[in-house]
Amino acid sequence: MDLLISHFNYFISICLMMVGLYAMMAKMNLVKKLIGMNIFQWSIILFFVSTGAKHGATIPIVEAGHSHHGAEVILQASHYVNPLPHVLMLTAIVVGVATTGVALALLLRIYRTYHTLEEDEILQKMR
Amino acid sequence: MNTDQSQLPILIVVIPLLFSLITPVVGWWKRQWCCPLVITALALSLISSVGVAYRVVVDGPVSYYLGGWEPPWGIEYRIDHLSALMTLVLTFISLLAAIYSKRSIERELPEREPSFYCVFLLLITGLLGIVVTGDMFNLYVFLEIASLAAYALIAIGEKGAAFSAFRYVIVGTIGACFYLLGVGYLYIVTGSLNMADLSQILPQLHHSRVVLVAFGFLLIGIAMKMALFPLHIWLPDSYTYAPSAVSALVAPLMTKVGAYVMIRIMFSIFGPVFSIEIVPTTTLLTSVAAIAILVGCIMALAQVDLKRMLSYILVAEVGYIALGVGLANRNGLTGAILHIVNDAFMMACLFFAVGAVVYKTGTRNIYQLKYLHRRMPFTMGALVVAGLSVIGIPPLCGFFSKWYLILGAIDGQQWPFVVVLLASSLLSAILFFRVIDNAYFDHIHARNGDLHHESVISPPERMEIDEAPLSMLVPTLVAALGIVVLGVSSMKIISTMIQHAVPVSF
Amino acid sequence: MIRRQDSIIITTLTRLLTPFIQLFGLYVIMHGHSSPGGGFQGGVILGAGFILLAISFGIDEAKQRFSEGLIAVFSSAGVFIFAGIGLLCLFLGANYLDYGILPVVEPRSLGMLGVEIGIGITVMAVMISIFRDLLTFE
Repeated sequence: MDLLISHFNYFISICLMMVGLYAMMAKMNLVKKLIGMNIFQWSIILFFVSTGAKHGATIPIVEAGHSHHGAEVILQASHYVNPLPHVLMLTAIVVGVATTGVALALLLRIYRTYHTLEEDEILQKMR
Repeated sequence: MNTDQSQLPILIVVIPLLFSLITPVVGWWKRQWCCPLVITALALSLISSVGVAYRVVVDGPVSYYLGGWEPPWGIEYRIDHLSALMTLVLTFISLLAAIYSKRSIERELPEREPSFYCVFLLLITGLLGIVVTGDMFNLYVFLEIASLAAYALIAIGEKGAAFSAFRYVIVGTIGACFYLLGVGYLYIVTGSLNMADLSQILPQLHHSRVVLVAFGFLLIGIAMKMALFPLHIWLPDSYTYAPSAVSALVAPLMTKVGAYVMIRIMFSIFGPVFSIEIVPTTTLLTSVAAIAILVGCIMALAQVDLKRMLSYILVAEVGYIALGVGLANRNGLTGAILHIVNDAFMMACLFFAVGAVVYKTGTRNIYQLKYLHRRMPFTMGALVVAGLSVIGIPPLCGFFSKWYLILGAIDGQQWPFVVVLLASSLLSAILFFRVIDNAYFDHIHARNGDLHHESVISPPERMEIDEAPLSMLVPTLVAALGIVVLGVSSMKIISTMIQHAVPVSF
Repeated sequence: MIRRQDSIIITTLTRLLTPFIQLFGLYVIMHGHSSPGGGFQGGVILGAGFILLAISFGIDEAKQRFSEGLIAVFSSAGVFIFAGIGLLCLFLGANYLDYGILPVVEPRSLGMLGVEIGIGITVMAVMISIFRDLLTFE
């Protein structure tokens, strides 16, 4: 029980990942598969961002009084949340959006060719 | 202008990227200038990679700090012998594919050339970025650039292409997400994303469970991208229904880049000690690879469509490379890296030739290629050369890589894999002789259904040479020539480049 | 096919809100390097403003405001700005994307601002383009 509470972000992201994987594998509609892929990607992004959090730390933004025009203020790095996972996950979010865009365009093409979005019907028409 | 040679590593990647943005703009203005622009971009990239390879061979590995920030804070581009070899192969084959695509795309996609070439160059940018970078997350970004461009390019083919591309999207995204998860675990436990830095920090963490899980996720993600059995299901459909110019570019290159990433992860980042002794990767990898080789060859026997047969042969070739990596001794890894280079040329020549046949005759059915050697002698000659190389006949290049793989299997006392390698040569011989037989002769029983009477009728008297256009013929012949040249100069390649790419402890 | 909304509340509110949405999007782009925000976020807000316009007023009118050629030019221009700043640093003698060499007052800060603007333009154009392609489907 201690493990569940102390590492709850891991368990949540695993649950989301499994939901996404189930949707990709078991659903017949192609749009539902696409949504499952999206859930899968976002679970990994959530997991990453949650690993950068710390107790009692603030967001990694330097306040206005600390700019390099003003007086020299020494910043303690341990007061701030780790900003590197945030930056990496920005890129991953963009990649996820681009993949969703490409997949949606593919779905449009599939619909124009087969007039259905159910996988079993498409496979029958392809034979 | 900083004309110092040290800026060459970035130019390899940036030149195709910039030209991919210029090409649609110029193409909407004047369509005929698209293809020359693409060829210019790839020629410049080839010159840069030749320059960098020369520096690497003479001086040793080259480092380039992006943005001036030093590692491990900044992104580092690190080109050592393996990367230099891969950039040479990638730029050369993509230049050939660009020259080849001119006529083929004019016929298959008449009005959309500017957009096609834009995505084409983006794909090449992604592939080049993967082999040049020395940062784990930067590799993920380039991997996704290449994959997205490949999804889009494959989907513009014939009737089944969009669905196969959708399947590729799903499988490829899962693979990339697993890779991202592996990078995340490594970052949590070490705090660094730089490959050289990780290889220094990880030996102290060898017995940590997180590192083990990260290794597993990374390898499975890359196996999905590489089409290693049993994660290869997306490959035959996608490469069959894609346009000829696209499969000529994607088929030789994408799976090889995946194999490169696997070699990097196993031997440069995690080190041979971890990959071989602590985790029994080699037994697992070799068994899976042997099954891949056999399944690829046997499934190829059942195909009637020429391009589908080549896709299954590609699955078998990936199995060879994985077998070489899994054997984990000097000869095996040398064979695997040599096979990456050889297979790029062999697959390029095969897909070029098949595309030329489709362009001229419109059919991909093996049983309908009759007397093709009279109508298209040069293309069929190139097909025969590439086929003989896949079987493994000296002095063509396929023989040398298989020789090193068999030597590696013998060194490791793994006799079943020697048997598998020899059996696959036999199966490839059956495959290609079936094609050559159907293309060079016309048997009566194929037409009458009369199985007892098998005689070869002579071809009609006048059959002119109706060869593929020059812009499609020249890349095919250059690739076939490359197969011969690579075979003859195998020892030179091994002594200058490959033997420095293999870890010293082997 | 999205047609113009019949309700006058929606059309009036959209007309009133769109300039503020765009201004907010520009604000998020500009302040990206010292507060939450940046190129991608601001670009998405700008794109969402246009999508709101398309949903309320119908796809025909929205298509008039953003033609396909303009979208292509914007998306290429944004990436050009980013790669171009990197090339400028290359020409001036430092490594690629090494902003410290630019001849302006605060080179690193302004270099980052420049690339964020480029990213914002591209993301806005791509968002609009995806939305257009999904809608013009028959």
